[in-house]
Amino acid sequence: MSVLIFIDQADGQIKKSSLEAAAYGAKVAEQSGTSAEAIVLGNITDDLTSLGKYGIKKVHTVKDSKLNSLDAQLFTKVIAQAATTTGATVIVLSNNFAGKSVAPRLSVKLKAGLVSGAIALPDTTKGFVVKKSVFSGKAFANIAINTPIKIISLSPNSYSFTAGTGSAEVADFAATIDAPKVQVTATNKVTGEIPLSEAELVVSGGRGLKGPENWGIVLDLAKALGAATACSRPVADADWRPHHEHVGQTGLAIAPNLYIAIGISGAIQHLAGVNRSKVIVVINKDPEAPFFKAADYGIVGDAFEVVPKITAAVKKLKGI
Amino acid sequence: MKILVCISKTPDTTAKIAFTDNNTKFASDGVQWIINPYDEWYALVRAIELKEAAADTVIHLITVATADSEPIIRKALALGGDEAIRVNADSHDSFYIASQIAAIAKEGAYDIIFTGKETIDYNGSSIAGMVAELLDMPYISLATKFDIAGTEATINREIEGGEETDKVALPVVVSCQKGVAEQRIPNMKGIMGARTKPLKVVEPAAVEALTSITSFDLPPAKAGVKLISADTPEELVRLLHDEAKVI
Repeated sequence: MSVLIFIDQADGQIKKSSLEAAAYGAKVAEQSGTSAEAIVLGNITDDLTSLGKYGIKKVHTVKDSKLNSLDAQLFTKVIAQAATTTGATVIVLSNNFAGKSVAPRLSVKLKAGLVSGAIALPDTTKGFVVKKSVFSGKAFANIAINTPIKIISLSPNSYSFTAGTGSAEVADFAATIDAPKVQVTATNKVTGEIPLSEAELVVSGGRGLKGPENWGIVLDLAKALGAATACSRPVADADWRPHHEHVGQTGLAIAPNLYIAIGISGAIQHLAGVNRSKVIVVINKDPEAPFFKAADYGIVGDAFEVVPKITAAVKKLKGI
Repeated sequence: MKILVCISKTPDTTAKIAFTDNNTKFASDGVQWIINPYDEWYALVRAIELKEAAADTVIHLITVATADSEPIIRKALALGGDEAIRVNADSHDSFYIASQIAAIAKEGAYDIIFTGKETIDYNGSSIAGMVAELLDMPYISLATKFDIAGTEATINREIEGGEETDKVALPVVVSCQKGVAEQRIPNMKGIMGARTKPLKVVEPAAVEALTSITSFDLPPAKAGVKLISADTPEELVRLLHDEAKVI
């Protein structure tokens, strides 16, 4: 018996959202008195024994270059083999981009009920019930998984974890691997920045900033905080900022610890993407901006005057 | 070329979210229903664009829902599509719905199956992947661009901090999001034409759901915003550090 955690990588490095899934899966294993094991696909440069710090006892690696990029069909077959070999009763994935591709397929392949986007540990007092966010963050559903094998894909930034001590055993896993059907011909992504979906702190700008040439104040504050940057839909639509920064209903839904919204009025479609943030700060010169109703802290004022002062205070706090 | 577009009805974005029956059922009284925006704006419109580019393309719409969803299906047909299929069932879980879609898709031999990236009610993002696995077809999730040349599709999909370009031979299942197409509004000709387009009703296949909703909760109400004077913005930094402890 095991809890099997799928560890997702990009360019040979384990994604932070997968470390979160590892820690979450290890906790589920501890609750159920089983062992937490991980499956890692493709060639990895990271030290896999370090997954032990997150409670993983054993890591199964399949070092085949066919698995370096995502082919959900191929990944599903290999993970299903590992699930059978390890006698997995629970499978945990991050509900990140790879998880969204793989988890539903795995659910069908193993006839295992799936809760996608879980935000809490399962409640096993009566069956196996997992909480997830529904209605675009406006409610939660408690969902019972009624099959022998259970699959949970964990919403990024919803389980707080820290690295402990420990070292995982690493072993090669012999899997049958088909020829990939999906060929990745190009990737185009920012490097050296925190991916927005994994960021704990996010600074976001809206139409109130009036133009892309004014983004310096957003970038400066983000840099001082070590935060990722985001934007509202009109900003992405006007090409002031790249599409992958767009948060909201039609963009990315995020749940950082801190979301600072500068010059964003807070339309319901925008809130749908950010309402699970733990702390929301709204800076807007219009005191009637609807966003203030969803905020924890607010400043009614001119962003161009207020934000640089906040940046200076952050730098002072951090001694930079 | 045959395209199947999966359509779901969802409460309007601005609908008040409340529950009845001891928090086990969505309170649908007075709720305005719409086509799930991602299904309508991106999946369906891209299918229509492909038909506009290649006239021999056939578009079928499918929904798994009870009869009260028919106005939604007619609205979708007013945008485009040749005929619609309604599997006459209440929704149970993603696996149940995906199994119904897969059963129909198997008969129809579609080259492309489009869905929206998720529904705005259950936010599962699971149906497309499940349909693909049931049909043993490749699946590209969260597409931002979809093009076809012969029997090969070139698809951009979102990844952490950017995009990836994938090439895949048809048939393929794709979940669509912003970028794939631009939202359209049905015109009068479309609305009139939709009335006479075939809407086939089929009974569901016998499938057991794998999960069930035990209850819903509403998030705790926000305590209310704490306003900080624009003259002392450094006070915000102190509060975020000392009180909220997030920086």
